Amino acid sequence: MLALKAENISKQYRLGQVGTGTLSHDLNRFWHKVRGKEDPYLKIGEANDRSTKGLSDYVWSLQDINFEIEQGDAVGIIGRNGAGKSTLLKLLSKVTKPTTGKIYTNGRIASLLEVGTGFHPEMTGRENVFLNGAILGMTRKEITRKFDEIVDFSGVERYIDTPVKRYSSGMYVRLAFAVAAHLESEILIVDEVLAVGDAEFQKKCLGKMGDVTKGEGRTVLFVSHNLAAVRRLCNKGILLKNGKIISTGMMDNVLNRYDLEFASAEKNFIINYPVDESKKMQILNVELKKPYDHNRIFTDDILEFNFDIVSRIPVENAYVTIDLKNNDDDLIYWTSDYTSERFTMAESGKWNLKCILPKNLLTTGSYTVTFAIYSPSNNLVIDHLPKYQIAFEIEEDENSFLQQFGIVRPGKTGIESQWISSKYSS
Amino acid sequence: MSEPQQKWTETIEDNHSLFDLKLKEVWRYKDLIYMFVKRDFVSSFKQTVLGPLWFFINPIFTTLAYLIIFGNIANLSTDGAPKILFYLAGVMLWNYFSTSLTGTSSTFAGNAGIFGKVYFPRLVTPISVVISNLMRFGVQFLLFLVMWLYFLIEKQVQPNLWMLATPFLIILMALFALGTGMIFSALTTKYRDLNMLLGFGVSLYMYATPVIYPVSALKGIWKELAYYNPLTGIFECFKYGWLGKGDFSVPMLGASTVIIFFLLALGTVIFNKVEKTFMDTV
Repeated sequence: MLALKAENISKQYRLGQVGTGTLSHDLNRFWHKVRGKEDPYLKIGEANDRSTKGLSDYVWSLQDINFEIEQGDAVGIIGRNGAGKSTLLKLLSKVTKPTTGKIYTNGRIASLLEVGTGFHPEMTGRENVFLNGAILGMTRKEITRKFDEIVDFSGVERYIDTPVKRYSSGMYVRLAFAVAAHLESEILIVDEVLAVGDAEFQKKCLGKMGDVTKGEGRTVLFVSHNLAAVRRLCNKGILLKNGKIISTGMMDNVLNRYDLEFASAEKNFIINYPVDESKKMQILNVELKKPYDHNRIFTDDILEFNFDIVSRIPVENAYVTIDLKNNDDDLIYWTSDYTSERFTMAESGKWNLKCILPKNLLTTGSYTVTFAIYSPSNNLVIDHLPKYQIAFEIEEDENSFLQQFGIVRPGKTGIESQWISSKYSS
Repeated sequence: MSEPQQKWTETIEDNHSLFDLKLKEVWRYKDLIYMFVKRDFVSSFKQTVLGPLWFFINPIFTTLAYLIIFGNIANLSTDGAPKILFYLAGVMLWNYFSTSLTGTSSTFAGNAGIFGKVYFPRLVTPISVVISNLMRFGVQFLLFLVMWLYFLIEKQVQPNLWMLATPFLIILMALFALGTGMIFSALTTKYRDLNMLLGFGVSLYMYATPVIYPVSALKGIWKELAYYNPLTGIFECFKYGWLGKGDFSVPMLGASTVIIFFLLALGTVIFNKVEKTFMDTV
């Protein structure tokens, strides 16, 4: 039995400033319609590739999408930014209508494109649970029946009769997610809302998502950048690229296709810098040695950067640095070669450098690395091209202790500490 | 064994019937309407000292201001009805209409955040605005009743059975505000100019409506023009029924009804058309 079927759906958007010149386009459209002709602007438009500048003001955010979803499936929708994932979710949740095509559904759809939609700061937690539940399509009766469960799940019982403007942002999100998690619908659409709250609560949310998909037999559509979460929660997958489906089917196959597809584009593990003879010292190239020949990196893999640098005129105290930033552009880790032989000798010539990062340095997420040469004694940036960076993603090691329980390691670094225990009483 | 027959409960597509208000769906979301009304109520008086007393303060002071400016300084006619009651009736009715109109016309622009994230019949929002204003109107109407009783005992008003038409008049006004509000809300998603127009348009419209003057004070072409205003029939009927004064006739109210239902139908069509894709233009 199918829960959902998409037939040739497409969605066109107009780029740039909507509002200027739209009246003339509207009139033109209307004139074509009156004469029984097709919308003139549907013919133009191009596939949606955000990195290349298009010729037309109209783009197809989604084009000719066809898929079927079986009842009880948990489907992960993946793709790079701008691939059309969110547009697809918007269409499925009826926030906006497709330009062409049809979507057939069987059963009530509840969509969670955001948690806490419609929360009013002046109203109490209790009132907001009812308001938010009603917005999501629950009746008063349903909410009343589940109220205790919701409050219990959120863990904000003490504050339930306090206006939510007095809540901490964490409490706010907890309450909001709790409402959403107790929706009764046959089809549930979830957009990365799990990236909220503290680690403990995230764990709870992921657990709840797991229950929903596995235990309760509901159909779930899940959009996320967290490939590890998608892998764990979903059995089927849809891979989007530039508004088109390039792979559907079993999650593992789709993820493999994702690796293939974006190995060259996103996971650029080698940088060759432009040679600049005017620089006293320069990085020529950097390579991130992949632990295995596939493109996935796990938390316990050992990462190794391999540099070639040239020193044309020796500079005093010049060191090579690695800046490792996470998705939010926070500097997670910084390291430099001032302990190496090259640094002490400070001779001209070409050098090969190797930097082996500590094991478990990073936790699950996406990272970018940039490289530079500085000299503190001259207070000089000798070589720094921030646009050249290596980007990679790290997934939770499938065999790790935490992963057995479906937990993603919290924190920004995963370096293991030494724990010493001694029993002093029985 | 054969596969169970595939069934679909809903189809999402671009086609739609323009006149379909999806009232059945709106009914399913009646709890949401209730919550929206409650939200409006709770949020307007949170952290105010006087709370719901503001419901009374607003019309009382407006009425007093009108009494002084239009009644005493400008000395406009009230058809011989007690001035304070005449202005209070006008202010009360006008407040209901204007707040409902401005409220519904910001449906899309004001709720873009919610609409962009979750689907529910969009009509729920304007309906809840009209209803929550109806509550305010109800409270103000009590004030009017008290005053009216005083003047009734003093034998200064001569009510007649037309006062029983009040619920019908209020519904007509609600539908009028809903219809025009839907037109404005739909068009302002794309053309923000209308917001500007609405801002001062509503305050000017008050002077085109017999709020501070009776229709009988108008002469010639102005009187004729006033009949084209759907609110004229409603205001005059109300004052005629309760105060016994006013230039009222059944065809006048009939014409108002026809115009209002036409605008409501037009509003529905435009609203439905915009509803599907407004997220792309707002």
